[in-house]
Amino acid sequence: MTEHLKMDKVQPRMLDETGQGAIHKPMTRPEGPLKVSGTATYAAEWSLPNMAEGVMVRAAITKGTCEIDESSVKDMPGFVGIYTDRMVRNSAQGTMGTNPVQPEGEVHYLGQPIAVAVAETLEQARDIAQSLAVKYTPADGAKTVMDDSTEFEDDDDPVDMGDLDKAMSEAAFSIDSLYTTKPHNSSAMEPHAAVADWEGDRVILRGSLQMLGFNKNELADSLGIDVSNVRILSPYIGGGFGSKLGISPECVAAAVASKKLGRPVRVVLHRNNVFEMITLRTETRQRMRLACDADGKLTAIGHENWQTNLPGESMAEPVDVATHFLYGGENRRYGQHIARLNRSASGAVRAPGEAVGQLGLENAMDELAEAAGIDPIEFRVRNIPEKSPESGLPYSSNALAQCLQEGAEMFGWSGRKGPKERLEGEWYLGMGVASAARSNILMESRANVTLNPDGTALVQTDMTDIGTGTYSILGQIAAEMLGIDPSKVTVELGDTDLPEASGSGGSWGAASAGSSVFLGAKGIRTKLAERLGCSPEELRLQDGVATGANNRRPLAELMDGPITEEGHIEPGSTSNDFEQAGFGAHFAEVAVNKVTGEVRVRRMLAAMAAGRILNAQTARSQVWGGQIWGIGTALTEEIQHDRRTGHIVNNDLAEYHIPVNLDVPDLDVHFVDERDDQSNPMQIKGIGELGLSGAGAAITNAIYNACGVRVYDYPATPDKIFPHLD
Amino acid sequence: MKVTLNVNGEGRELDIDPRTTLLDALRNHLDLTGSKKGCDHGQCGACTVLVNDRRINACLALAVMHEDDEITTIEGLGQPGALSPLQRAFVQHDGYQCGYCTPGQIVSAKGMMSEFDLGWPSNVSDDLTAIPDFSRTEIRERMSGNLCRCSAYPGICAAIEDAAPEEGLKNTKAAE
Ligand code: FES
Ligand code: FES
Repeated sequence: MTEHLKMDKVQPRMLDETGQGAIHKPMTRPEGPLKVSGTATYAAEWSLPNMAEGVMVRAAITKGTCEIDESSVKDMPGFVGIYTDRMVRNSAQGTMGTNPVQPEGEVHYLGQPIAVAVAETLEQARDIAQSLAVKYTPADGAKTVMDDSTEFEDDDDPVDMGDLDKAMSEAAFSIDSLYTTKPHNSSAMEPHAAVADWEGDRVILRGSLQMLGFNKNELADSLGIDVSNVRILSPYIGGGFGSKLGISPECVAAAVASKKLGRPVRVVLHRNNVFEMITLRTETRQRMRLACDADGKLTAIGHENWQTNLPGESMAEPVDVATHFLYGGENRRYGQHIARLNRSASGAVRAPGEAVGQLGLENAMDELAEAAGIDPIEFRVRNIPEKSPESGLPYSSNALAQCLQEGAEMFGWSGRKGPKERLEGEWYLGMGVASAARSNILMESRANVTLNPDGTALVQTDMTDIGTGTYSILGQIAAEMLGIDPSKVTVELGDTDLPEASGSGGSWGAASAGSSVFLGAKGIRTKLAERLGCSPEELRLQDGVATGANNRRPLAELMDGPITEEGHIEPGSTSNDFEQAGFGAHFAEVAVNKVTGEVRVRRMLAAMAAGRILNAQTARSQVWGGQIWGIGTALTEEIQHDRRTGHIVNNDLAEYHIPVNLDVPDLDVHFVDERDDQSNPMQIKGIGELGLSGAGAAITNAIYNACGVRVYDYPATPDKIFPHLD
Repeated sequence: MKVTLNVNGEGRELDIDPRTTLLDALRNHLDLTGSKKGCDHGQCGACTVLVNDRRINACLALAVMHEDDEITTIEGLGQPGALSPLQRAFVQHDGYQCGYCTPGQIVSAKGMMSEFDLGWPSNVSDDLTAIPDFSRTEIRERMSGNLCRCSAYPGICAAIEDAAPEEGLKNTKAAE
């Protein structure tokens, strides 16, 4: 049976009534012992009998065509084959569900996959891939730089409310600033990998993928086969951050080679391949125009952006996504302009939109607060609207003011001084704040929940755990609803033969997959209530005992066999009738070296309101992740393209600088207690990306507060600071 | 070529391409996939193993160079049901998310402790000849060769501090 819910109206707060105590509090991860002992199996770690090894071959020109000369390598030891069929240009965009561009011998950017070299061993395949002769015919007209001479396509109709120019000219205070951010790489620690094997016409792919329901369609479409002939397994994923949303080149290459050879083939991307063949976050230019009246009320918000992508890619970074609903102001203008360049494709990287859009917006808010002579927290609080300023929709919940105020108190904001007023040795100290906002989304999702008479339970869904804590929270939800200890629940994930879930992305996993488990368990509760002779509302389940209507029976007495229910959640009208978002406030204290301009983050606090928190430990880890990504975004992360060729010159982890342990100070996380009744039947909101949204801006605002230098060009490396220190 | 590797106290005979790295020998030939490959370039630390009690990046070593060495991988530190103190502490403090960097972090932490015991200074030690202080800053510096993109660093540091006494760390100022 299926327990189905379309989220059209507010649901009762069941998880506040159940009382098992399996949710809310910190709980360690059930798969933890496997991970810490190295026995969790990631995609590349499947070793199948008679498996051949594949290594990707990358294009060495920026634009043109290529021809592979297989004869150049076929006498090399261990040679098995060179395959170019159906090669995809780059990884698929998130939720695409169809094949990525398959350019058939054309080269659109430097580093594009053009072939896979297959051999008996990895060492042989690597040698063959490097020795393969490729004949290139370069084409004219490659574009590799976004600058003032670039042609842009306007991606969406610019919103234009009121009269921004007039409001700017009449305002008591205004700012008009250009912010720029460099491209970012997800840099999940596990490189993309695939092991493909065919059983007749059906391909079994062990991959490292975030959204199996979409991925199976993308793979089927890329291979030209029916989706029923695709099975994907992805039980453990070594981080995603958007880079594994869509099917990636090694999956298609491994499947094609394996089909031709009739034997399993493993293809693991080299780290350089990951930087080049997998979508990355676009660079952005953001023109921020803000104006306010003498009381510090916003009258105008303009947020226009310029970005890049390959021709034919549908994704655009929604830079202004949170600007539409975060602050009031009657005169508003946006615009999105995309340059089509011959460089690695742009796509979603953790918090697409907010991660960079809230740098521009929150820095601009800081600038305007200062111009108006108002404390930045007070300035933000004054501009929180009653309802969403463009759509007019009510917020499902909005605890931004509370996050800012409680956070300020906890952080010791009252000790903040002006630029260059706190000097410690050769370090200026300063504090900064930024609001966080991230749209909350519910996606269709399904799961099977089984309760056994012995009080154990099983959750099955093709949902993934990319480190986010899915194994933990799905088990906790089932345990809470069924009145059993979480250790009694087994969670099976990452197999497309299981009911189709939302996948991990857009911070919707916990809400969507979680709701399906909630519903499945709710269906079981209804059955148990019937058997006990009470209404589902009266039923109490705790520690394996059912109580209701003056009856009290252990589960074993109520059940003569396992009960399985499918839970099925669909978004409904509450998604359209309310502005749904998580809100929060980031605080940072930094030290800026007055001689070198080096910035060290001293401490950070994130005050987050994301509805009900299911597991305080895994949720906190997600926020830590966001804060630390904020440090990278603010201070070190930038992809550098060679201006002549579009080549990513820092295509590895030594030259692309993600934060290391010593870059990270003590971090505090504070969850503001909240229930969002419109979001889903569990009243939760996404947390994985909220923790990043605005985090970097708190740091750059703190840099300004420390030393009086406003950095407009991210990241805030010392060269952008010390020339301006006197 | 033929080589015998001594891994986790067991002699394992292999016939491998001389170009095979120690990491690929472990992962692809000995079915010890606990050591991870994040970069294959000595840039991330995911492949950290102990060779004669010293931590090294197994991706930067050729297997054939280590014929007579004692190699310890994450599998040799503890298994589910019999986890080492460090492994238990990583679970307890959520010193991971996706788990991919985790074996490298744990083996690296183990190796770092023996460096403390030997009195090795680091880039953040004030006095190069003094016994190093087992402080957060020292831990952070010494663990900075192990990248974690999930950014579990706060949990990683807490786990290392928590497990240190049980792991037998002795020669530090804190233990004096
Ligand atoms: S895989 Fe060896 S250091 Fe990255
Ligand atoms: S736990 Fe995912 S990279 Fe460290």
